[in-house]
Amino acid sequence: MGFKLRYKSMGLHAVLVEWPAKISQDILKDVLLLKEKLENFYTKELVYVSSSYNSLLVNYGFLEINFIDEIAVIDKIYVSQKTTIPRKGRIWKIPVCYDDCFALDLDAISSEKNMTKKEIISRHSQQIYTVYFIGFLPGFLYLGGMDKLLITPRKQTPRLEVEKGAVAIGGHQTGVYPNASPGGWNIIGNSPINFFDVSKEMPCFAKAGDQIQFYPISLKAHGDIKILADAGVYHIKNEAIDD
Amino acid sequence: MIKVLKAGFYSTIQDLGRIGVQQFGVPYSGVMDRKAASFANALVGNNEGEAVLEMTMMGAQLEFKTPTCIAISGAHMSPMLNGILIENNHVVRVEMGDVLRFGKLLSGFRCYLAVSGGFKTETVMGSKSMYPNITKANKVVKNDIIKIEPTNRLNEGKHAKIRFNGAYITSNVLEVFEGPEFEYLSINQRDELFSALFTISNNSNRMGYQLVETIQNDLKPIITGPVIPGTVQLTPSGKLIVLMRDCQTTGGYPRVLQLSEASINVLSQKFTGQSVFFQLKSMISV
Repeated sequence: MGFKLRYKSMGLHAVLVEWPAKISQDILKDVLLLKEKLENFYTKELVYVSSSYNSLLVNYGFLEINFIDEIAVIDKIYVSQKTTIPRKGRIWKIPVCYDDCFALDLDAISSEKNMTKKEIISRHSQQIYTVYFIGFLPGFLYLGGMDKLLITPRKQTPRLEVEKGAVAIGGHQTGVYPNASPGGWNIIGNSPINFFDVSKEMPCFAKAGDQIQFYPISLKAHGDIKILADAGVYHIKNEAIDD
Repeated sequence: MIKVLKAGFYSTIQDLGRIGVQQFGVPYSGVMDRKAASFANALVGNNEGEAVLEMTMMGAQLEFKTPTCIAISGAHMSPMLNGILIENNHVVRVEMGDVLRFGKLLSGFRCYLAVSGGFKTETVMGSKSMYPNITKANKVVKNDIIKIEPTNRLNEGKHAKIRFNGAYITSNVLEVFEGPEFEYLSINQRDELFSALFTISNNSNRMGYQLVETIQNDLKPIITGPVIPGTVQLTPSGKLIVLMRDCQTTGGYPRVLQLSEASINVLSQKFTGQSVFFQLKSMISV
């Protein structure tokens, strides 16, 4: 609360709520707090809220809205003191195999940066990443907090197919491809777990506001975990975030 | 049941899509042209949310193993039942063993087939709309068997007597509202947007329509934010992309315009080489 919000229409069925154009944890917390307040307010109506770095999309589905009236409703909810206890985030420990057979671009990054592969892996897996939102592909987590020394421009020519589970670096971001797709990020490893499972009511284990930490595993462990994950019985280590 | 003898160019099962799952990165999907799909459904007495077959450019060839009633709307693809031409926008009785096929594309681009009771394919996250990694099937293919419920009576929906106004199918006017980043466009850029005719490129599909003509662009990319079907993005090279039903949930290009729902229907019936122009609507006057 306390940010200067801007309201914009996106046609007759959606309102965009915007925070200052910055990527920050404070803004993320405020975005998620308003998301939760709006979801509590719109329990009966078919109104859906989704978040990204510094904005919320309030989607009224088939309902045609009066923009002026709706932004008054949203703004009132934003400034209301009625405390919603924010959901406590969780930190998820994600196994990643950085073996050469998966890490297609690790050699190139290593020579480009004059940094050993071991150091790249250690810098990538030491960091704690914040999940800002899920977008791009079903189950693709937008993570913040990558070590600045790992920043690598996207590939000139995207690959036509990046393997499911590929762990990659694109510019100042890192992420995991939840399914095979074309992609232009630099691949440095592979995670055997499923980031998107349509059969579950909550298809993604992580939510905006959660944290992710990667840990290196062997090729053998990757195979073992993949069997469990594909059978739906792999338990991803996680705990509540202390803050 | 229906057996798919030929799938056509690109055919999918679609309903009104998925809403409320965008926070997981799942696209909205759903029929491209809601007006035509709803009309076909209404003719056979279905709710507008029943699943229909969306056929693109070239229709499918289908053998009915179950008696039912069908209605076809949207693009005119010269539909024939057992070799005899039938009309769009009418209820037609179909018997076991009948074969429906389509011929020459006469108008529009996407054609909808509704059957009484709807197509009974798998429902995932509240919708039957096909999408890779959401539904098991991405599209309808040859030899598919699609489940439908048998109907014995000629099921005339309550809208069966309403005439279908198909003028929008050949219209080239896209009604738009200002998008979130419209305010950053210069007077010149606005002039270009609303005076030029834009040609549909061959890079156009259910995810989005890319337009050929460029406009000068010096806008900075935005911090990745939400997009919805009908959002018009301005890329760094000055190309415009109109996002359609299967678009991603977020994007980083400035969102300069937003199509009205009716204009999404109009654009869905357009194909490569055809032209459209944008007509700005103000929110207040609507």
